[in-house]
Amino acid sequence: MHIAALPMAVPMLVAPLLVVVRRWSPRIVVDLLATATGVAVVTLCVILVVRSAHHPFAYWMGGWRPGHLVTIGIALDVDPLGAGLAAFAAVLVTAALLYSWRYFEAAGGLYQALMLVFLAAMAGFSLTGDIFDLAVFFELMGAVAYALTAHRNEERGPIQGAINFAISNSIGAYAIFVGIALLYARTGALNMAQIGHALDGHQADPLVLVAMTLLFIGFLTKAAAVPVHFWLADAHAVAPTPVCVLFSGVMVELGLYAVARLYWTIFAGPLGPHAHTLQAILIAFGTVTALWGGIMCFTQRHVKRLLAFSTVSHMGMFLCGVGLLSAGGLGAVATYVVGHGFTKAGLFMLVGVLLHRFGTVDEFDLHGRGRGMRLVGVLFAVGGLLLAAMPGLSTFFGKSLLDGAALEGDYPWLPAVFVFSSVATGGAVLRVGGRVFCGWGATEREDVPEQEHAASEEEDEETESRSHTPPLMVIVPAVLLVAAVVGGLIPGAVPAVEKAAAHLGDHAAYVHWVLRSGPPHYAAVESKHVEDYDYVYAAGAVLGAVAIAALTLFGPPLRRRVPEPLIAAALRALGGLRRLHSGHIGDYIAWWTAGAAVFGGASLVLLR
Amino acid sequence: MSFLPFAVAAWLFVVGLYGIVSTRNLVCAILSLTVVQSATYVLLLGVGYRTGGQAPIFADIPQVSTAVDPTVQVMVLTDIVIEATVTGLLLALAVQAHKRFGSLDPNELRAVRD
Repeated sequence: MHIAALPMAVPMLVAPLLVVVRRWSPRIVVDLLATATGVAVVTLCVILVVRSAHHPFAYWMGGWRPGHLVTIGIALDVDPLGAGLAAFAAVLVTAALLYSWRYFEAAGGLYQALMLVFLAAMAGFSLTGDIFDLAVFFELMGAVAYALTAHRNEERGPIQGAINFAISNSIGAYAIFVGIALLYARTGALNMAQIGHALDGHQADPLVLVAMTLLFIGFLTKAAAVPVHFWLADAHAVAPTPVCVLFSGVMVELGLYAVARLYWTIFAGPLGPHAHTLQAILIAFGTVTALWGGIMCFTQRHVKRLLAFSTVSHMGMFLCGVGLLSAGGLGAVATYVVGHGFTKAGLFMLVGVLLHRFGTVDEFDLHGRGRGMRLVGVLFAVGGLLLAAMPGLSTFFGKSLLDGAALEGDYPWLPAVFVFSSVATGGAVLRVGGRVFCGWGATEREDVPEQEHAASEEEDEETESRSHTPPLMVIVPAVLLVAAVVGGLIPGAVPAVEKAAAHLGDHAAYVHWVLRSGPPHYAAVESKHVEDYDYVYAAGAVLGAVAIAALTLFGPPLRRRVPEPLIAAALRALGGLRRLHSGHIGDYIAWWTAGAAVFGGASLVLLR
Repeated sequence: MSFLPFAVAAWLFVVGLYGIVSTRNLVCAILSLTVVQSATYVLLLGVGYRTGGQAPIFADIPQVSTAVDPTVQVMVLTDIVIEATVTGLLLALAVQAHKRFGSLDPNELRAVRD
């Protein structure tokens, strides 16, 4: 077997093995085997990155190579970006498995097996060159994720969260299948390079536009774009913490990766003349997502939901970056995704420490209870600064590239949206840190009584409180957060990611290396420099985050100066926004339909 | 080729969505989900259909000049496998929901919301 297939094959083979051996072997054997498999997949993916660095290649399974630009076989397209994403997913899965050693007291082997299948699906999703396989890996990733969400299937929260997650994402997947069927009807191909080649030089007609709408809205469901994002907070609030690490760190980002990939391999040709309009549509969705996620994030008291909405807000930023439809935007998003993934993984694990220790993730219930946990508190604050993209940290490099790409793409107001997102999400995490680890601020919230139920949701997972935290549960997030802090400073790391992402955006070269197996001729990629204004934005964002956190912790006296009607109006608007997240699957699907209709309507009217 | 399969597929997709949005029973919502997925089967088979085409069997029978497209049929089979998995999982969750909430009405499921 070729090495390209191993990142999927190895975990797929070990997973059933774990299910068998768990009956006879002690837990440590299962944990060791699962973690070792994770490490093996990391190694395999790194080898693929290195081997494809100069010459990306397609591996045709069973030797069914294309002839005269017609494909019969199924390909894995190995390029540095796809292999890099698979490696990133494998790193996070390994970290999550390592963390679970001590986090779960009773994980009987099925959990580890599901995590490995999850890893196989994510690796396959990153590497496949076949659009139908992309959808199948999407569904596999989904099915495993639903089961993992409902891991504690005797409790109410996980049951409802998993049902909402499963139905929303399945609808997205069926939209994707319809889109694929339409493209197959038009081109007779399932290989993405061949579909793209067949559509080159043609105008975008309604069939192509409907196919694009269904594919994009389907993958955006996974990527949690407003208004198809509702499942995300529900699933994150109830899934076991190590699973949240994977959801927020890499799974939702993969949804966006699929959108970027489909655009550049398939739709860049027919939609090229209308790129400006499509840009506007995607950026509109991204902006709403970034703002909505930011507001919802800052007003949460359930810390896992807070982090979930911070992911929504960041996905909005990433969607704006991908929506710029430029090599610069892609490079920025790829850089940012890595920094954000490590940060979010670390933060979720730290929340897991609190849950493990105190049996709750309610910000007010935890007030001051983390005073003795210095290291955890410091790490939590570092996570907040990472979300706010403090200069020098790896997220800062992603964000400054994103600012640069937005200015180049004639969207000078986008950096303001990004600053808002950084301030709201970073500020929220710093506020929680201040309240929990330093005991600052109020012990109970007076103004929004409807939120009380948030506290009682989390009576699950790890119920009783404990007197100490296993060191491993602090070491793993510490390593991830340190990686997020210093990652951007490794010489050559950021330009390498930028280059890999820019190569994804080279449609002609992609068709050439997949269908003709020739060496691609890429245009030289110029790596961007950090500009002076980036430091100004970033410093503004960090100061804003610290200020808003301080204001909510120490500012209640100031509130009396604000006119009462203004506060009442703001609370009413906020209440309306919160009520939309009703937990009712019918509401979510109604919103999904509306989102698809808006996206499709805008595409059909504007992209002709 | 007839326009009908495409109209049926579009109808199934939309009516399935309507079912999920309007139902008061979780099992009905899950069945509506399978209705949405049926749209993809009808569409795929419609795409692969050739007028006068025979079943795509190329051994042991007299050869014919046109056959319907076997690729879409394979895709439908894959699709059905996925549906079986997801529907099975969801129905199991519905059983658990009935046990824990005492109801299958989505309005009564109030463990996660904002």
